[in-house]
Order: sequence, then structure tokens, then C-alpha cells
Amino acid sequence: MRYSLLSVLQQAFKGQRDWTPQWRDAAPKASYDVIIVGGGGHGLATAYYLAEQHGIRNVAVLERSHVGSGNIGRNTTIVRSNYLLPGNVPFYEKSMQLWERLEQDINYNAMVSQRGVLNLYHTDGQRDAYARRGNGMRINGIDAELLDQDQVRAMVPFLDFDNARFPIQGGLLQRRGGTVRHDAVAWGYARAASDRGVDIIQNCAVTGIRRENGRVVGVDTTRGYIGAKKVGLAVAGASSQLAAMVDMRLPIESHVLTAFVSEGLKPLIDTVVTFGAGHFYVSQSDKGGLVFGGDIDGYNSYASRGNLATIEDVMEGGMALWPGLGRLRVLRHWGGVMDMSMDGSPIIDKTHIEGLYLNAGWCYGGFKATPASGFCFAHTIANDAPHALNAAFRLDRFATGAVIDEKGVGAQPNLH
Amino acid sequence: MRIDCPCCGLRDNGEFTYLGDASPARPDGMDASPAAMLDYVYRRDNPAGPHRELWYHGAGCRSWLVVTRDTRTHDIAEVAFARDAARARDAEKAVP
Repeated sequence: MRYSLLSVLQQAFKGQRDWTPQWRDAAPKASYDVIIVGGGGHGLATAYYLAEQHGIRNVAVLERSHVGSGNIGRNTTIVRSNYLLPGNVPFYEKSMQLWERLEQDINYNAMVSQRGVLNLYHTDGQRDAYARRGNGMRINGIDAELLDQDQVRAMVPFLDFDNARFPIQGGLLQRRGGTVRHDAVAWGYARAASDRGVDIIQNCAVTGIRRENGRVVGVDTTRGYIGAKKVGLAVAGASSQLAAMVDMRLPIESHVLTAFVSEGLKPLIDTVVTFGAGHFYVSQSDKGGLVFGGDIDGYNSYASRGNLATIEDVMEGGMALWPGLGRLRVLRHWGGVMDMSMDGSPIIDKTHIEGLYLNAGWCYGGFKATPASGFCFAHTIANDAPHALNAAFRLDRFATGAVIDEKGVGAQPNLH
Repeated sequence: MRIDCPCCGLRDNGEFTYLGDASPARPDGMDASPAAMLDYVYRRDNPAGPHRELWYHGAGCRSWLVVTRDTRTHDIAEVAFARDAARARDAEKAVP
């Protein structure tokens, strides 16, 4: 069913009886042209673009739990394209452009809200770094504005501008950045892919990847063997485990990142603000809760829950930025398992095994990349060659030295 | 999570800094091939289960520790001084 104002009105008069499930919960067929492992945002987006852009519709998305149960449903929903390095800039800007027309493309309300992303600076040196980043963005046609303290004060007057240790001097603002309803992204892509013939198969965990003569021929799953000409892995958090099935060791560690939601409030903050002197970012969901987070816990973890030392650190960052937060209660917090790559940048590439493709290493920035990741991964799978936009996200960049280290901290995943 | 430091006893994990997997051993000087260095610097097993890893007790005795921890549950099975592990490894190497 196509969603429109008319269909909403019609259903209002019919007692909302005729709404159908948004996608088909398919059973596995014997074989597919392409199998995407991982029914998260990136996997579903990849399936959508395979069907929409490349006419490859005999596609299955295998999800070990239910659609949207992984990091697509466990993030802080921020989208932005304020990157500096050449490999990253065009890719994330493409993602931003795809977000801007996502709802029209997939006929689904993903609540794309370009409310702006404001990165605060607290020292002269940081101002210079942000000016450089902003200039780098503008040279590439991406919007960026360097704000002074008065301009920031006009936007978010309740912050602690005169903090003794971390006074707010100004900020770098990307007005086109903002937030997107994360679950709706998974549901919308699932629906759009399913409408185009893609089978979405839930509760189907991959237990092995079969090869014949060095070529992928299918996957063993908890719902039996499924043949495939090509297999794409989009299982951030568990990439190393899937790669181990074909004896690959990845430049990735799995780490846990905790996010938080406060009790519901009246409209309080109408943009996304990041603290520059620590790691803290906050926005407000349309339900009213403040959504915020900070650093990863910093040690290998598949536990989907963090520890109190990191929670304390996030709260300290929040209090230094915005003392009014101290009166709030945290409603809940949750952990997601991140693919932390060795240079802080992702991998979208072919592997050395024919027919096996890898989409991994998103660190904790994967959500904003969802559309472009699907777009590029679909292109890479369909053409057996990367798109210009993901040409830098190669798996062999760690061997050649062409790493993309946006933060400049080296091969130390917990510092990215 | 608390780590049972052999010097200081049971301490909050906020006192410690994490380095990473304790298994990779640096290939020897001039004999190190690019492939061996790639393995050492970048590639990790990243297991879901028991993991030997290096922690530094910066807010305590400042010892480097090798902690064996289950990455699925954060349960810690063993904590030892990293120097002991390193000496044991060197002793192994020294045997002709």
C-alpha cells in the first residue's frame, strides 16, 4: 500500500482496518543471486539499492534476530557530513544528500529533521581546527558556519558559557545536519526493498559460508542451507565472527557504546549540540526525551552493556556543558556493539574470496552513513567493483598505508 | 566491572586504561616482513569469549596487567603482571 495523505484520511474513516504488514516476512528459497547477511540499516539499504538501482531483485536479507534489532535501533539518530579527509568527505556528503530525499525515495516517513549539528569549541586552538574543518567542508560544497560565542548563545542560551575550565567560545554549525528516526529508517528500507521483490528473512542466523573452488556458493543458516552467487556481509558488531568463518582476520575490534535517554520534557533544545572539551552529544527526540551519549567503554566487548565508569564520564561531560541536566532523571541507557576499525573509518570492499563482499568497521558513526553505505555496497556487489565514493574504503588500505585516520590517533581502535 | 589487581586488590575499572589484545608479539627487527607487521599492527582475532588483554593500572600501582576476560559477560578469569608474561615469553624464546 502506498502511503499518502489520502490513504491516511481514507483509513481514518474506515477504522484503520485496511493497513497491511509493511513487508513480507519471507521464508528462505533454495538460492538467490545475492544474499545480504545482516538485516540492519546498511543491509536493508543495500538490498533496496540492489533492486532499485541495479535491477537485482532475487535478493535475500538474512537477519539473525528481527529487523532493526541491532545498532540501527540502538543509536543517537544523528546525521551530519562534517568530515575533513578526502576519502570521507564525498561519501558522507552523498549520505546527507540521500537523507534529504529519503522519504520521497522510499515513500516512508523517517522523520528526517535537519535541525542542525553544532560542534562547540572551547579554546583558540580548537577554534582554528574547526575553522579548518569548516573551510574543508565549504571547499567541497558542504555547508558550514563558524559561530562566535554570541551566535551560539542566541541558539542555546542555557549552556554553561562561562564554565571556569571549559568556557564556550563558539561553534561550528552544519545546518543541514540533524536527526532521523532510526527505527523508521530500518522499517522504511525493509518495506521499500520488500516491495521490489527482496526476501527479508528474520530469525535466520548464518552459521557458515560455503566455498567451492575459491568461490562463494552459499551460506549455512539456522534455517538450512541457502545458495547464493554473491554474499555481502553487513553485520557491524559481529564482522570479525562472520569473517572468521572464511579464515579472515579483520582490522577490527568490537567495543560497546552506551547511549542514554532522559525522562520526557517539553521542547527544550531544537538542535544537536556536541561538547568540544570532552565527548558528549545531546539532542531531543520528538517524544521529548533528551538523547545523549559519549565515548565507547574502550575495551573489547560483545556484551551490549557498558560499565559505570563510562556512564559517570558521560554525565560529567554533560554537566560541564549544561548544568541544568543535573535535575533530570535518566530513563534508560543501553549498549550497542561497534565494529571499531583500526583507523576509525569503514570498509566497503570486495574480499580476496570471489563473490564475498564486506561492509564493516563503522565505529560509532554508522547510522549517518546508512543510505550511502547501502548505495555504495550495492554498487560494489552489482558491478564487482567499488563506486568512486567508496573507492577509499578498501580492506587493503592497512597493508598499503592509505589509512583514513580522521582523528589522527593511529592503530588504536578504542581511541577513535 | 572490577579488576583484581595483583598489587592493589579489587579495584574499579575506571582506574585502569585499556591497550588491547595481549597476544600479538612484535616481529623481530629487520626480519619483520610487511605481512607480519600488518598482522601485528592491524589484524585481531576479536573473539566473542575469553580474551587476553593488556590493562594499565594508572590510578593505582601503575603496573601493566594481562587480564583474561570474557568479552560476552565481562567476567574476569585471571589477572597477572604483564612483566611475568613477557619474561616467560622471552625465556621461551631464549631456549635454543
